[in-house]
Amino acid sequence: MYLLFILLFPLALGSFLLLAKPKNAFVISLTGSIIEAIAVAYVLIQSSQSPNSLSISYPWIPEAGLSFSLWVDGINGILIGLTGLLIPFIVGSTAKTEKANNPVYQGLILAMQTALVGSFLAKDAFLFYFFFEASLLPIYFLSAQFGGENRIAITFKFFVYTLFGSLFLLIGLIYVYLRTPGEVGSSDIDVLVETARSLPATSQNYLFLAFFIAFAIKMPIFPFHTWQPDTYTTSPAQGSMLLGGIMLKMGTYGVIRLVLPMFPLGLITWGTSVMILSIIGIIYGSIIAIQQKDAKRLIAYSSFAHVGLMSAGILTGSLAGIQGALYQMLSHGINIVGLFFIIEIIERRTKTRELSQLGGITQASYMLSVAFVVLSLGSVALPLTNGFIGEFLLLKSVFDQDMWMGIIAGVTIILGAVYTLRLIQKSMFGNVSRITKEFEDLTSAEKMVLVPLVLLVLLGGIFPQAVLNYSAESVEKLTQLLN
Amino acid sequence: MSLFYLIPLLPFIGFLINGLAFPKLNKQLAGIIGTIPPVVAFALSLQLFLNFDGQTQIYTLAEWIKLGELSIPFAFQVDQLSLLMLLIITGVGTLIHVYSMGYMAHDAGLGKFFAFLNLFIFFMLILVLGANFTVLFIGWEGVGLCSYLLIGFWNQKNSYGDAARKAFIMNRIGDLGFLVGIFLLIQDFGTTDYAAIFSAISEGNVPENVGLIAFCLFIGAMGKSAQIPLFTWLPDAMAGPTPVSALIHAATMVTAGIYMVIRANVLFELSPDVLHFVGWIGLATALLGAAIGLFQNDIKKVLAYSTVSQLGYMFMGLGASAYTASFFHVMTHAFFKALLFLGAGSVIHAMSDEQDIRKMGGLKSHLPITYITFLLGTIAIAGIPPFAGFFSKDEILASLYHHDPIMWWLAILGSAMTSFYMFRVFILTFFGEFRGSQKQADHLHESPWTMTLPLIILAIFSVGGGIINLPHFAGGNEFLAHWLAPLLPAAGEAAEVNFLSLEGGAPLLAAFLPAALAIYVFGMQKSVPGSDESVTGIQKVVYHKFYIDELYDILIVRPISLLSNFLHQIFEFLVLDLIVEGVGKIVQYASTEFRRIQTGNVGYYIFMIVVSVTVILFLGLKTWIL
Repeated sequence: MYLLFILLFPLALGSFLLLAKPKNAFVISLTGSIIEAIAVAYVLIQSSQSPNSLSISYPWIPEAGLSFSLWVDGINGILIGLTGLLIPFIVGSTAKTEKANNPVYQGLILAMQTALVGSFLAKDAFLFYFFFEASLLPIYFLSAQFGGENRIAITFKFFVYTLFGSLFLLIGLIYVYLRTPGEVGSSDIDVLVETARSLPATSQNYLFLAFFIAFAIKMPIFPFHTWQPDTYTTSPAQGSMLLGGIMLKMGTYGVIRLVLPMFPLGLITWGTSVMILSIIGIIYGSIIAIQQKDAKRLIAYSSFAHVGLMSAGILTGSLAGIQGALYQMLSHGINIVGLFFIIEIIERRTKTRELSQLGGITQASYMLSVAFVVLSLGSVALPLTNGFIGEFLLLKSVFDQDMWMGIIAGVTIILGAVYTLRLIQKSMFGNVSRITKEFEDLTSAEKMVLVPLVLLVLLGGIFPQAVLNYSAESVEKLTQLLN
Repeated sequence: MSLFYLIPLLPFIGFLINGLAFPKLNKQLAGIIGTIPPVVAFALSLQLFLNFDGQTQIYTLAEWIKLGELSIPFAFQVDQLSLLMLLIITGVGTLIHVYSMGYMAHDAGLGKFFAFLNLFIFFMLILVLGANFTVLFIGWEGVGLCSYLLIGFWNQKNSYGDAARKAFIMNRIGDLGFLVGIFLLIQDFGTTDYAAIFSAISEGNVPENVGLIAFCLFIGAMGKSAQIPLFTWLPDAMAGPTPVSALIHAATMVTAGIYMVIRANVLFELSPDVLHFVGWIGLATALLGAAIGLFQNDIKKVLAYSTVSQLGYMFMGLGASAYTASFFHVMTHAFFKALLFLGAGSVIHAMSDEQDIRKMGGLKSHLPITYITFLLGTIAIAGIPPFAGFFSKDEILASLYHHDPIMWWLAILGSAMTSFYMFRVFILTFFGEFRGSQKQADHLHESPWTMTLPLIILAIFSVGGGIINLPHFAGGNEFLAHWLAPLLPAAGEAAEVNFLSLEGGAPLLAAFLPAALAIYVFGMQKSVPGSDESVTGIQKVVYHKFYIDELYDILIVRPISLLSNFLHQIFEFLVLDLIVEGVGKIVQYASTEFRRIQTGNVGYYIFMIVVSVTVILFLGLKTWIL
């Protein structure tokens, strides 16, 4: 029942906001997201003590063997935790803006949460697919209605592109589903995994590609990323946070949950090629990030580079790779929400994100620059920040697979420093510009969001073990399937 | 909880207090709060040192990263090597904190400055105390961060920010090598613990790729210790306040690479090729740094190139397996180079932030303490007996003499250049006529006691520091060699030196003759280097640092910018996006075309049905038959 609560509570509250349009939307939304976070924390503690005790399953379309079943294990628990953790910050980041008490805006954020949590909780593959697609709607409206320049064309492209990708996923799912045993078949993920694994190599090869392409577009992986920088840039801050902080993890999660266990033979055929694409993405994204003039676009490309490394690590199918990716999903979510928020704060005050027009902000707001530097250090994986744990394990996994791939992927720690330090210097350091001259220090509402995020960057770097232990057992079980 | 943990913890607490209370905290108080941690840490380290019984102690705090079989704990190791490093870091650190109270007294960012200094001490202690290569790496990257923050301390100036970035990025290039070395160690040994790795090797468990591991670790050392080709960040790092140059970019952080090679000497001893490479890189860096130092006119730049060059000497020693000699030089260099930098800081302070030695001169009467201590530092670095630098450098040279005579000759050449450029700076700064402005002249003053006291203490160590490893012929007992012996390979250290032989005499001549030449040219002839435009020919090439920065710019920086622009503006939009949009367009086009099929003509529909059924039947038949 707890799972049903954490799935539906945000949607219920979101619908209320969307339909009743109450005046104090911000308070309702923030309180709701905090209640949700507490419930999620309870679910995670429960599930770590007695696995599967919380799973539920109702018949959905019994004639076809589809069921409405939810579960939590060490893998999706991390992502449910990430969602529960980040949404209060995302809601909180609207405080004192015109969006704070916009019930539609808040309602869409909460509706999005249900779609995200649903895709992670689903034990039934079609249910997963349903939420995977459903998540497009709230984010589409958020971006198309509240976004910046050129938002209609850009969000349309994003919508169609990802929808196009998931069609392959749907076809692949149906193909495997039709081969499940029993009279009516089943779309339970475990059953699908069993079925798919026994398929011949040729089928697995096609299916691997069909599944992977959907997730590759979602993450995105080179060369399927062209929707991403535009969409991240034009979305409103909270939209970018949802996209980069949580939604892209649907893609990486899908690879871990479905692609790896279902198609081990497909992985043998295609693993190296898609790993190379992921690693190209790391370098490609980083190199493009170096010259970006718009701070938000720079972060978008850096996110693209980061997710490439996650993908490469996952594709090694190793304990270090998957554990590292899970940890990095968590860290990356925290860091990118913080970074997007800081860029939003700068934009609120200066009305621009152009690096050439910024500078010297540390002189006006010491605290903002400290937060920015700490979050950036997390992003460049300095030891004792959360980013290091993930990147260390990910790079190690890629390196163990292939030395040269590991070294090339490792160049990210150099290029990451290049573009991140440039971002810091152009915005925070140097002389104050005409428009940063009157820069106002952080408000208490902004501090309430930034300070905890900064602390999480450090806590995550010093005490990673709690999270790594949480997922260890499930990931070990998964890697055993691959050997 | 052992008192031991206080040693790294105190600077961290100092960092937190000053970091969080800035800018509200009173400046004087901030300075005192910042200085207490290194003082107490030094006292604790001293106590640890005096009570050390020769047994390596491991302190394991907690598990950090655990993954399957791999376990990386927060573990610290107290042994002969880390104890000495502790004393250098906290000892020199204390002096430099005291000095900074005076030097930075007028700076609005003083609290922040002390916060960063404390953070640096914290990470540096983690670096030397780590009991495995991963904890070493925490400190390694952490000091890089502090170096970045402190070089860019006055970041309003864009060029300072650029220097800070350059330092961090060049260090990161080295760090990638280090990281790869760590991955290889994990592959081969399943751990990064020193004790486990070295005991596995002593049991004969030598992996095939041990040379590669040593090489990767050395790449890390090249970045951190500013060796060719990753040395160009160190001279630029002089943008930071002078106490930072003394502490981080001379006495401690830049010697981390030497520390690491000594720590991993078991691995390096198994890789003679890598050791050879280490030695030659060191030699090339030593000569290049010294050559550039000959013509620099910025007092801090001279000292910076001198540091690059001296670090080269230390690596030369390592290349010849003379670990004790190299470490000896790390220690004496920490004393005399910190002294010289702080002395330079005192001069700059008096000269109202002027750093150009062409505008100085005759300062000895105005800054008597700075003058005498700077002189002592100059004598020490030049290698004139019986000052500290003489003994440590001589040990390196002696080991080279037996290792490779060509390297020895070249090292003597570098030594001669060192002596010359140091006396050149010294004479131009303190002797002759004052060449600055009237305003500067009116302002000239000796620095406050907070600044001169550290100078005096460091001067005492620069003069007498040789006692740490005084050879038998000079009445010593080679304390350092005996102390470090448990960690080092048995052979390798040089025999006694005979001063009447070539081996003993050449270094002395290389120290005295160039010094005399510099005194003659700049002291007696009173010649002053001309303006930047007046230098020509080979001298100009050297003055401009062999145009290495420009070369890197052309070879690396600009191609990456071009590539970035190409990928972003051409490839991304004209290739990838066009394909994506193209697919969309094709679908759109196809849909308009297919719409034409729906003509509304029933006869046409029936025709299509017949065709379709035939095709389906044919295909079905085919599979049925097959």
